[in-house]
Amino acid sequence: MKIEVNQSTCVGSGQCALTAEDLFDQDDDGIVILLHDHAKPEFQDAAQRAASLCPARAITLSD
Amino acid sequence: MPSRHRTVVVGASTGGFTTAESLRCNGYDGRITVVGEEPHRPYHRPPLSKQILAGEWALGDATITSAATTPALSIDLVLGTRATGLDTDRRTVKTTDGELSFDSLVIATGVSARRPARQYALAGFHTLRTLDDSTALTADLRGATHVLVVGAGVLGSEIAAVLAKRGLAVTLVGRSGSIRFGQTGSLLSSRVADLHETNGVRLLLALDVIRLLGTDRVTGAVLSDGSTVAADVVVAAVGSSPRVEWLAGSDLQLADGVVCDSAGRAAKDIYAVGDVARWSDTPGTHSARVEHQQNAIEQAHAVASTISTGIPHAPDIVPFFWSELYGTRIQAYGRFTGAGTLDVVAGDPAEGKFVGLASRDGTAVGVVGWNLPRAFRIARAQFTSGTADIGERQLAP
Ligand SMILES: Cc1cc2nc3c(=O)[nH]c(=O)nc-3n(C[C@H](O)[C@H](O)[C@H](O)COP(=O)(O)OP(=O)(O)OC[C@H]3O[C@@H](n4cnc5c(N)ncnc54)[C@H](O)[C@@H]3O)c2cc1C
Ligand code: SF4
Repeated sequence: MKIEVNQSTCVGSGQCALTAEDLFDQDDDGIVILLHDHAKPEFQDAAQRAASLCPARAITLSD
Repeated sequence: MPSRHRTVVVGASTGGFTTAESLRCNGYDGRITVVGEEPHRPYHRPPLSKQILAGEWALGDATITSAATTPALSIDLVLGTRATGLDTDRRTVKTTDGELSFDSLVIATGVSARRPARQYALAGFHTLRTLDDSTALTADLRGATHVLVVGAGVLGSEIAAVLAKRGLAVTLVGRSGSIRFGQTGSLLSSRVADLHETNGVRLLLALDVIRLLGTDRVTGAVLSDGSTVAADVVVAAVGSSPRVEWLAGSDLQLADGVVCDSAGRAAKDIYAVGDVARWSDTPGTHSARVEHQQNAIEQAHAVASTISTGIPHAPDIVPFFWSELYGTRIQAYGRFTGAGTLDVVAGDPAEGKFVGLASRDGTAVGVVGWNLPRAFRIARAQFTSGTADIGERQLAP
């Protein structure tokens, strides 16, 4: 599963890193940093949860 | 053969659209119809008082992007159509475009901006809730030099901040003696006031607007102390009213919103999510309406799970919001009612960056982040798991 983030719409909520700390972090301004651009099968549920909780919908997943 | 199950969602914004999408993600294979009064595709409201008002984003940039396209999700999006009535016995919703029958109904009609009791029909007077409001306000700001913002809460503060940054002379008037910043109440008042004053906004607290001046177009306002403020444009951000007028006469319990249990059920097979919904807290009898985007998203997920599995989901959704003023990112997580102290757990308030733990009677009730979002997230996780380390320094409220 491929993960993409849009740093220009990210609002720095940290929701993604709280939900899937193996995949997402934040810079000093709170903007999302993608740690892995592919989610291994065991992280796919967490990636999906993070994407669905993002208040800015700044995370997109594709197969 | 029984006909296919059908869910009707009324309100096509964050709460409604997320519910529909989440139903599909959960494997719900019934029909989904989302009815929305606004003609626009679902969009995010937070940028209306931030990037869009600042002129940094075009209107279309606020459109809610979905992981899958709406046709792929097979959601029937009926825009430009308003629900006008609900018959709970016949399980139908009346709309401006005919009747819709449902097996499950989700009410996600949000709130509308409250207009001050004195009706202001004057040109130059605005509220900001919708994309159309934003277009009208932006058009009116062309050529304006003085703006009066009425209401010193989060929204009024954001509007004042952006307009000051655009070079306008801004006066911000608040009825209360402090700036009430969302769920944090007056805990951040003096800091927000400092930000406004440092950035050139004239802040007038404990004053009310008595009347507007002008004949066809607003030219200013008279305040409760008898003084006048000149303004080419007046923006009111004085609260909101739940959009429940279409539910009058239904059997639903309405009390400042749609009254729901802790799983968002207003009646059998009828749910409410988002700004319009008053969910009761999981443990007790207390109920609350929360006007923040994250709350609408999490309630939408819970209701979608309940509808698609038949098992009630009653999550404990702790309110979270963010705001931005003059580049300062302000975040809050928790239930702050009655909180009187803020202990610094990271950063330094003197440098304009800190994370604070708010307490009521010695018990931590929430976390505030002031321009320190990453540390805020870490403190929030510690607060949730009950390991927050209370700092040494204490801030005056
Ligand atoms: C300018 C602004 C800035 C904001 N900034 C932030 C922020 O920074 N952070 C944050 O957490 N929250 C913010 N919010 C709050 C956030 O936008 C709301 O919590 C969120 O939009 C709630 O979503 P909702 O779907 O419940 O309601 P709404 O977004 O209000 O959507 C309800 C929809 O239902 C439609 N509708 C109403 N009645 C009917 C009817 N009878 N028939 C059909 N359709 C109907 C409405 O037209 C509307 O499109 C902001 C809000 C505004 C206005
Ligand atoms: S959840 Fe979304 S908005 Fe929040 S930090 Fe992650 S990408 Fe940014």
